[in-house]
Formats: sequence, C-alpha cells, structure tokens
Amino acid sequence: MKPEFYKTFGFLFWTGVAAIATAAFLVVTFERPGTTEVQMGFRGTAMEVVYNNRNLDRIQARNIIPAAIEPADPEGPRASEVFENVQVLGHLSVEQFNRIMQAMSEWIYPNENPAESCNGCHVPGNFAAEDIYTKHVARRMLQMVHTINSTFANHVQDVGVTCYTCHRGQAVPAAVWSQAPSNAPASRMWQVAGEQNRPVAATGYATLPSDPFTPYLWRDEPIRHLSGTARERNNNASIIQAEWVYGLMMHMSTALGVNCTFCHNSRSFASWETSTPQRVTAWHGIRMVRAINNDYIEPLRDRFPPHRLGPLGDTLKVNCTTCHQGVYQPLYGAPMLRDYPELNPPPRRAEGGSQPARN
Amino acid sequence: MEYQFLFTRIQPHGPSYPGVPLPPDNDARVGRPRHSRILGFFADAQIGPLYLGTLGSLSLLCGFIAIEIIGLNMLASVNWDPVQFIRLLPWLALEPPGPQWGLRIPPLNEGGWWLAAGFFLTLSMFLWAARVWRRADQLGLGQHTFWAFLSAIWLYLVLGFLRPLWMGSWSEAVPFGIFPHLDWTAAFSIRYGNLFYNPFHALSIVFLYGSTLLFAMHGATILAVARFGGEREVDQAIDRGTAMERAGLFWRWTMGFNATSESIHRWAWWFAVLTPLTGGIGILLTGTVVDNWYLWAVEKRFAPEYPQVWGPILDPAAR
Repeated sequence: MKPEFYKTFGFLFWTGVAAIATAAFLVVTFERPGTTEVQMGFRGTAMEVVYNNRNLDRIQARNIIPAAIEPADPEGPRASEVFENVQVLGHLSVEQFNRIMQAMSEWIYPNENPAESCNGCHVPGNFAAEDIYTKHVARRMLQMVHTINSTFANHVQDVGVTCYTCHRGQAVPAAVWSQAPSNAPASRMWQVAGEQNRPVAATGYATLPSDPFTPYLWRDEPIRHLSGTARERNNNASIIQAEWVYGLMMHMSTALGVNCTFCHNSRSFASWETSTPQRVTAWHGIRMVRAINNDYIEPLRDRFPPHRLGPLGDTLKVNCTTCHQGVYQPLYGAPMLRDYPELNPPPRRAEGGSQPARN
Repeated sequence: MEYQFLFTRIQPHGPSYPGVPLPPDNDARVGRPRHSRILGFFADAQIGPLYLGTLGSLSLLCGFIAIEIIGLNMLASVNWDPVQFIRLLPWLALEPPGPQWGLRIPPLNEGGWWLAAGFFLTLSMFLWAARVWRRADQLGLGQHTFWAFLSAIWLYLVLGFLRPLWMGSWSEAVPFGIFPHLDWTAAFSIRYGNLFYNPFHALSIVFLYGSTLLFAMHGATILAVARFGGEREVDQAIDRGTAMERAGLFWRWTMGFNATSESIHRWAWWFAVLTPLTGGIGILLTGTVVDNWYLWAVEKRFAPEYPQVWGPILDPAAR
C-alpha cells in the first residue's frame, strides 16, 4: 500500500482514539442533568438538597412501609404469665405479644408459609427453647429498639424505629459493615497504603481511608480536629486525620442522600452557629450508632455463627446507611412506631424508686 | 494568490531545519528530524532534533527514578497485578510518612520511598531549571522562562518540603497520586479552616484567572489581526497602519486603554509567575502562622455575616 494510506489511516486512528478518550472522560465525570434543588439555608450560601430526578423512583420504591397489622388489645393477661421464658416482652398483653411476634416474622423472615417464618428464631413446637442463636440476637435487638426509642429520642425524634427500619424484610439488613482486610499484603520493602486509596461506596469513591467506621462508629476517636481560634498553637491534628473524618462525612452524606450543606454551612465546617438543626440530630446519631455497635451488636459476637461475621471475625455492625438507605429520614419519616406501641420500652418497675428516667 | 499567514491549514513540506548554529562548547543535537501532519495542525510540523546535553540527561534520569519509585510502590499496593494497576491508577498513591515520624527518616515502607521520590523529583526539576537557563543563555535569550519555572518550583517546594519542615512533620506534605493529591487538597483546606479565606490563596486565584483572561484577550487579538499579518506583532510595533496598530486601537476603543505588543507579554508573564508565587506564600502561612483561616477572616472582619435562618444552633457537646 502507498505511504499516503498509512498517513491517512494514522490520522484517522489517532483522532478516533482522542474522541473515544474524550467521550469516556465526559461520561464518567459528569452526571446527566435532570435535578431538583431545594433551598435549605440563606440565599447565596449554596445550602440546598439536590435530588437526581432519575433516581427518585428507585429510592422511593425501597422506602415504602408495609401495611400495619390490626391493633391489639393492651388489656388482658400479660405474656409473661401465659407463655414460658418471656424475658423482654413480658409486660405486653398476650394479644400484643402475638401481634409483635407476627410483625417481626414478616419484617425479618418473610415467607409464604407464616409458620416457616417463626422458625427463623424458634425451635418448631417448642417456642420457649433457646437453641437457635437468632433468638438470643432478637431478644437483644428488642432491648436495643427500646433504648433507641427512649434514650436516643434526640436522634429518632417521635418517629422512632421498628425492626423494619433496618431489616426491610431481610434477616440481615442490607447495609451493614465489618472490618475489611488491608488492600494489599503488608510489605517490608514497599509502601502499600493498605487503609486507603480504593474506590469504595462508603466514602463516595474518593481516595479517603476506606473504613471510617471502626474509629468513629465503633471506637470513640475524636472527630473534631479544627482549631477553635485563628492562631491556635497546640492543635496537632494532622491532614490524614482530616481525611479520616472526611471519609466519615462522605459516608453520612451518601447514606442520607444529601450533601455537606444539609448540616454545615460549608464555609466553616466546624462552627455550630452557622450549621443547621440537622447537624445536632446527626451528632446524636453518631452516639446512637456507637452505642448500638458497642452495647448491642458486638457483645453478641460469640453468638453468631462464622458466616454471620465479617472476614476479620467482627460482627456485622450498623452505620448510617443501615437505617437511612439514601434518604435523610428513614422510610421518609413514616411514623411506623406509632402503629406498634409494643416496641416502646416497658414502664419502669416500682423498685426503680424515684430515679428519674434518663433523658 | 492571497497572502498565507502562519496560522493556516496549509502545511509547507520541505527539508528539515537543523536550527541556528550553537557555540563550540555545546553538544550535538540528537534525533533525526521528522514531520507529523497531526502536530502540524497545532504547531510546527517538525519534531526534533533535541538538545539533550548533560543537564537534560541527568534531569530525565532523576525524573525517571522518581516516577519509577512512585509507580513501583503503586504496583506493590495492588499486589503487582497489572490489570488492577491500570484500573485503580487514578486512586493509587505513594503517601508521605505518618505524623508519628515527624521530620525523622522513616523506613522505606513507611514513607522512606516518599522522601526518596521527592528528593529525585526535586533534583530533576532543579536540573531542568538549570538546563532552561543554559539553553536560553546559549541561544542568547533572556532568562524569563527560567524565572517563571522557578516560580512553579517554589510552590512545589513549599507544599512538599518547606512547609512540612516548618510544621515539623513530613506528614503535612502531599501524596504522589492522581486523586489522592486532590483529596489531600480538600482535606488540607478543611483542616485549616477553609483556604478560601486565605488572602494569598485569593491573590493566587486572581492571578490564575487573570492569566486565563489575559491569554484569551491576547490570543483573540492576535488571531483577529492575523489576516493583516498580526502574528508578526513585534515587527509591527512601531509602525502606523499595521495589524498591531489595529489591535491596539481595538482595545483602546473598547475599554479606553490598551497594552502595547511588548507590555502585554509582561502582563501575562507577571500574572502567570505571581500565581504560584502568591499561592506558595498562602500555603506556607497555613498551619504555621494561621491555623483556621475562617476564624482569621472573622477576626479581621472580612468574612461576611449571613442572617440566622435556623435560630441559635448550640454545640450538643457543650451542653
């Protein structure tokens, strides 16, 4: 062939390569338009919630609450008097007790045959038996729900939570976390940065440390690292520490389907006076998640079979996504607890004396 | 035939031009000249020859060592898997030593490689700057490119060496990585209370955006008068009735004031040079002199006040 052919071919080829590279860059970098913005703060501060219209149907579809079961009569004999081995819900009436058991089976082990659902936790024929680990877990989870609905009202408000807030028809909630192995095997020669630099959904596909949960939602590492005065001398917080907290904030933002300005005026992330009330709610939420992971889930580690534990042997714990699942009020704030008074904590017993209720 | 100016789609093909003769103590230029049609659309179609010389060779070698150190550590962090290396390349990085090391020299796998890469990259840049000086000198040029490059090196040195030195910790420096250095930038701004309230950062942005504006104005002006031979701007600077006079008149009649064909290049040079120069000062003061730029702006009364929309929000930890 003539050299002219090669020249023309080369020219077309490289132009094509450049065009494909440009197109790939545009497609992966930008989101297709079609958004709705809702102003949340003073004009000019860019404090707004941005909805991607094409995602709304999908998010709404996974946040619909099931129809409530018919209310039960709170009067009549107590469950603890009628059934054997009722440790947590004994204060309910028998009718209420059966109702909440039915609800739990539908929320956590939905099955065409309702009797099968009970077997998720109970030994068939012997409901008092303690042989299945899920029964111990469920008992602890009920106590957890009581705590959330009383102690953590500053986070869950009067909407409260039910089992469905997290479980959504699954024995293990869809969004849970456990510690992940390092990105690369440790090397005595090379520097592998095993904790960061991977595109993970939790941190919005950034290169931030990919497990912001262990330090802040399990342990109690300090989140605040900005200086409270312009020229502080004794603040030794490092930039990598800022990246860890940044990772946690990216998680919260993805979990709630909002951006930074839902809670912060981003010109000063630290200052409370320019923040929104949602930041206070979120602050309590971090404490709530810590309490859930430390007081309720991680102590059950020995109860869980190995396939219900993470790759490093810790439990499957909760973070913001576990309840929120992409919306800033789980289930769009549907007051489901109102339909299930059985999940409120039992009235305090008389021997508790005159000790005031916490919070 | 109408006059064809240099910005034309017609590409003249002729024998390659070796360039002006150099003084006797210079090396020979390397590479047989070639012509590229595609490059000809954008610039001169001739590629090469290149003056490599000792400084150029050493600079390329040091740069290669630095890139190699960075690349091999990135490859190790994907367990030597070439497919993962390509897929994750934008995310991978060679990270600076952790805060626990301060200014000590850590083992290679805990930041030592980062120091080594930074050392070779810095060396490579200074060698290249020396090469720029020497090439300009041998061609009988002024040293404007050298000083402009030095301004960029200043910003690089502040970020990776001078500021960490002042802060007493290598961990304050930037990781070598595509996305990681961007996330570092965001985290840096957040940690030090929002860099947008740093006046030197603001100056740097003014000069950066100003550079683009000047570039657009100058580029547009010369292209617009190219039909009168305006790309030979300096030839025409003192004559009446030339393309350059029209270029000047255009701006005088548009905004009352015009640069001259010499002064516009001084404007552009200073704007470009001041961008990293002021930016570097801003970075150097961050964490060393000012720890929270937002609060500094509040103290200096230039952070605007916005009305409280939500009523008083109190720190729940302070209750």
